[in-house]
Amino acid sequence: MTFKTWKLTGPLAAIGVAVAALTSPAFAQKKYDTGATDKEIKIGGISPYSGPASAYGAIGKAIGAYFDKVNAEGGINGRKLNWISLDDGYNPAKTVEQARRLVEEDEVLFVFNTLGTPPNSAIHKYMNAKKVPQLFVATGATKWGDPKNFPWTMGWQPNYQSESKVFAAHLLETKPNAKVAILYQNDDYGKDYVKGFEDGLGDKAKTMILSKLSYEVTDPTVDSQLLSLKATGADTFFNVTTPKFAAMVIKKNAELGWKPVHYLNSVSASVGAVMVPAGPENGVGIFTANYLKDPTDPQFQKGKEWDDWLAWMKKYLPNGDLKDANNVYGYTAAQGLVQVLKQAGDNLTRENIMKQAASLDMNLPMLLPGVNVKTGPDDFYPIEREQLAKFDGKTWVLFGKVYGR
Amino acid sequence: MSTFIEYTKTKQFRWISSALLLVALLILPFLFKNYRVFQFNLVLVYAVAVLGLNMLTGFNGQISLGHGAFFAVGAYVAAVLMDRAGMPYWSTLPFSAVVCFIVGWLMGFPALRLGGHYLALATYAFALAVPQLLKYKNIEGWTGGVQGIVLSKPEPPISFSFLGQPFSADRWLYVFTLAVAALMFLLAWNLLRGRVGRAMIAIRDHPIAATAMGINLPVFKSVTFGVSAAFTGVAGALGAICVAFVSPDSFTVFLSITFLVGVVVGGLASIPGAIFGAIFIQFVPNVAEEISKSAPWAIYGVVLIAIMYMMPSGVMGLLKKIWAGMQPATRVDPVRKS
Amino acid sequence: MDAFLHQIFSGLANGCIYGSVGLGLVMIYQATHHINFAQGEMATFSTFIAWALIQSGWPYWAAFFVTVAISFIAGLVIQRIILRPVEKSPVLTNVIVFIGLLVIFNSMAGWIFDHTIKSFPSPFAQKGMLVTPWFSAHEVGSALVMLAVLFALYAFFRFTPIGLAMRAAAQNPDSARLVGIRVSWMLAMGWGLAAAIGSVAGMMVAPVVFLDPNMMGGILLYGFAAALLGGIDNPGGAVIGGFIVGVLENLLGAYVIGTELKLSVALVLIVGTLTLKPDGLFGKQVVTRV
Repeated sequence: MTFKTWKLTGPLAAIGVAVAALTSPAFAQKKYDTGATDKEIKIGGISPYSGPASAYGAIGKAIGAYFDKVNAEGGINGRKLNWISLDDGYNPAKTVEQARRLVEEDEVLFVFNTLGTPPNSAIHKYMNAKKVPQLFVATGATKWGDPKNFPWTMGWQPNYQSESKVFAAHLLETKPNAKVAILYQNDDYGKDYVKGFEDGLGDKAKTMILSKLSYEVTDPTVDSQLLSLKATGADTFFNVTTPKFAAMVIKKNAELGWKPVHYLNSVSASVGAVMVPAGPENGVGIFTANYLKDPTDPQFQKGKEWDDWLAWMKKYLPNGDLKDANNVYGYTAAQGLVQVLKQAGDNLTRENIMKQAASLDMNLPMLLPGVNVKTGPDDFYPIEREQLAKFDGKTWVLFGKVYGR
Repeated sequence: MSTFIEYTKTKQFRWISSALLLVALLILPFLFKNYRVFQFNLVLVYAVAVLGLNMLTGFNGQISLGHGAFFAVGAYVAAVLMDRAGMPYWSTLPFSAVVCFIVGWLMGFPALRLGGHYLALATYAFALAVPQLLKYKNIEGWTGGVQGIVLSKPEPPISFSFLGQPFSADRWLYVFTLAVAALMFLLAWNLLRGRVGRAMIAIRDHPIAATAMGINLPVFKSVTFGVSAAFTGVAGALGAICVAFVSPDSFTVFLSITFLVGVVVGGLASIPGAIFGAIFIQFVPNVAEEISKSAPWAIYGVVLIAIMYMMPSGVMGLLKKIWAGMQPATRVDPVRKS
Repeated sequence: MDAFLHQIFSGLANGCIYGSVGLGLVMIYQATHHINFAQGEMATFSTFIAWALIQSGWPYWAAFFVTVAISFIAGLVIQRIILRPVEKSPVLTNVIVFIGLLVIFNSMAGWIFDHTIKSFPSPFAQKGMLVTPWFSAHEVGSALVMLAVLFALYAFFRFTPIGLAMRAAAQNPDSARLVGIRVSWMLAMGWGLAAAIGSVAGMMVAPVVFLDPNMMGGILLYGFAAALLGGIDNPGGAVIGGFIVGVLENLLGAYVIGTELKLSVALVLIVGTLTLKPDGLFGKQVVTRV
């Protein structure tokens, strides 16, 4: 080489080293935990595709369909989403087995939107011990927002107790001397709602609540309970039942000629799945609180958000029921997760996933206007806001303020 | 070939094969990941449960659709003792056995009057009633109500590594469960091959003749119920320890039906059949899920029916037939027979 | 007093549901001496078929009768093809086959028709002439339908040659063969009839409890209880058993023990009744010769 090129080699070499350093893996910003690679992110899910809660299996299917859409559009930061969703039949012992399979055998990066309180309780300790995120669990129980003791678990939807406190607050405002009867499902969901309602009424709970009766999911009808509740002379009714029973209750109340002030929990507020089968004229005047747009509610069946959702349903979930609110739920939850993954970028460690999940502040298209998703290092409740609505025979008419944080 | 068959009947063969089997069983957990070992533990748990039901239904002819309830009772006794009374996990097993024995024995009394389908209905109702009872608010403080009880997994008492795998909690539980299961199987074998076993079978086949022979039917039948329940209760306790969680949702009627499936698939009135039955009920649903995501239980049902066609007496029935077919034919001299 | 009466009447209405399921169970038992665990799921599947027909525009009663016919044929086919091979096998082997059928039907219903609940129409007009202050039109209508089925069955077994042949085949298959009755076909007919009855039960129940794959899950136990309480070989007993179970369930839950222990008390009742009357309230006592 000539002297001139010699002088250049130094700086050239330096630049070369710098370039090599910046592009070599050791210095790149990409960080992976098991389950994430350059090409894909493995996401685990456990849903009740069979058994008594199989109606909620639709959520898992909807999430899969949304991930299909994301993958068809290129994935997230160039990575495809690999959704491994297993069935636990709502049996917590099976949930444990499936969670262990996802974490130890399929080696997923994290587990997303596991459904039900007992199933999630069964794997709560395990997931935190293994330091694998148990993200956006599909239950409204209050215990999932506990970052101090369980930093790897995060809830998603407004918890049941805060929802029934909204009802209680409304009742105290509008009818402070009401006589209340409650029908609830004899499981964690039912009992959680009832507790929130009683807490919301405070000292007046004992005097206001005349009777609370339970039923099992295996009961064929709840006619007997309704007859007893009606016989107490109550003029207000808190309905903590799942969709099938809620429809039966509304229909039966009409047949019995009982017209109390009726609060219906949001789990069963779907127009298409509950109000219409029960007979829409029977549901006039019922209150509920909601955070998601109901796909059968005419007021939401327009606009870009609706068109997007409908197009997605038609293309990626053609056998899905357009009246099923579970499909909106799954769509929205999946969108929440996609945002977390986008924010994580190339740092796909489990720790960063939790960190990003705890730094959310956004609106999602199928959430009610005014309801947002917000989390923080001490706030593991992503959705907390709800709005009261009243059924007018066709649709849920929103009114009043948006409750919650 | 026939000399080999002859050899298998010798004591030496029995000792060597048992030793080999034991070594293989002990090495097994180190060849697989923890998650698989967990599944093996469940197989052992179900094997004991199915053995319990087989004693009642296979050997004694009393059909029970409620053994899931005994499993639940055993599991909850263990869970409550571990969680509320702070007892060590291994000490809960005898308590589960005793409580379940008493409950089973009490169930045995009405069972005396009920035969066949009526007993099936009564036990079915029992299986439905127990989860509701567990949710009852007055005992919520003990049972955890609808939320259930979360337990801690026991740590292995010693730590070492073998074949590159650490002696984890799951592997320790495997050894523990294997030991308990072996003990239970031994107990059952002892019980069933002696007078008690013969009495049970006599009661199943010809109750009137058995009474005529002096067997005290009521005592035997209710004690059998109790013992059967105790076995399944111990299995429940083991299950609670392995899974580290109990809740009413874990013990639905379907569990009782699953145990019955395990008994029939494994082979009625067969002790080793319980193991095959347990393997079936643990793994076939998983395999079915691999085959079909949308209707896995339809596959399970088809497999179930196919197995009933091919082996109406269960796996052990089939194995016995094959084994008998392989024996050297013994000739009977027609002249000397008389 | 009003509320008490109302509980009883509501119990009777529920009892209709249990009784109709119980009828199907008794039917199969009379024909084959087996209890069909898959009865509930088969009824649900039939109801889905009816739903699909109605959805594609068929008028109610056309869909109703076509579904009954399809169910009859399906029951026949199932017995001929699936149950024939295990006819001679032990009882429990048959039970496992029934369980297999149960999960297959349940799973297929979920796969084909999905798991969201569907409403199923009732043919009895809400405000028509059948309305009374205690019962809704549908409750009265379905009670009448069930009684009609019961009488049809009674007439069939008592007065028709085929009915007689079926009873003979179930009671004493060997003697029946000797007089020329084709026992296998009688068994198949028994299944066909049971499936048909099940489909009627399903279509009467679905408007009340809404249609989904797990519709019959909770009802099956009560159907069993109805059938056994009334005596497993007595169709009329199944209906009466159904009424008893329905009324007791309501009264227990409302006045005795509360809804939280209803099942335990029901268990005690069932066991108690059977202990006192082991063949059911109206069953024939079975005496085995030594």
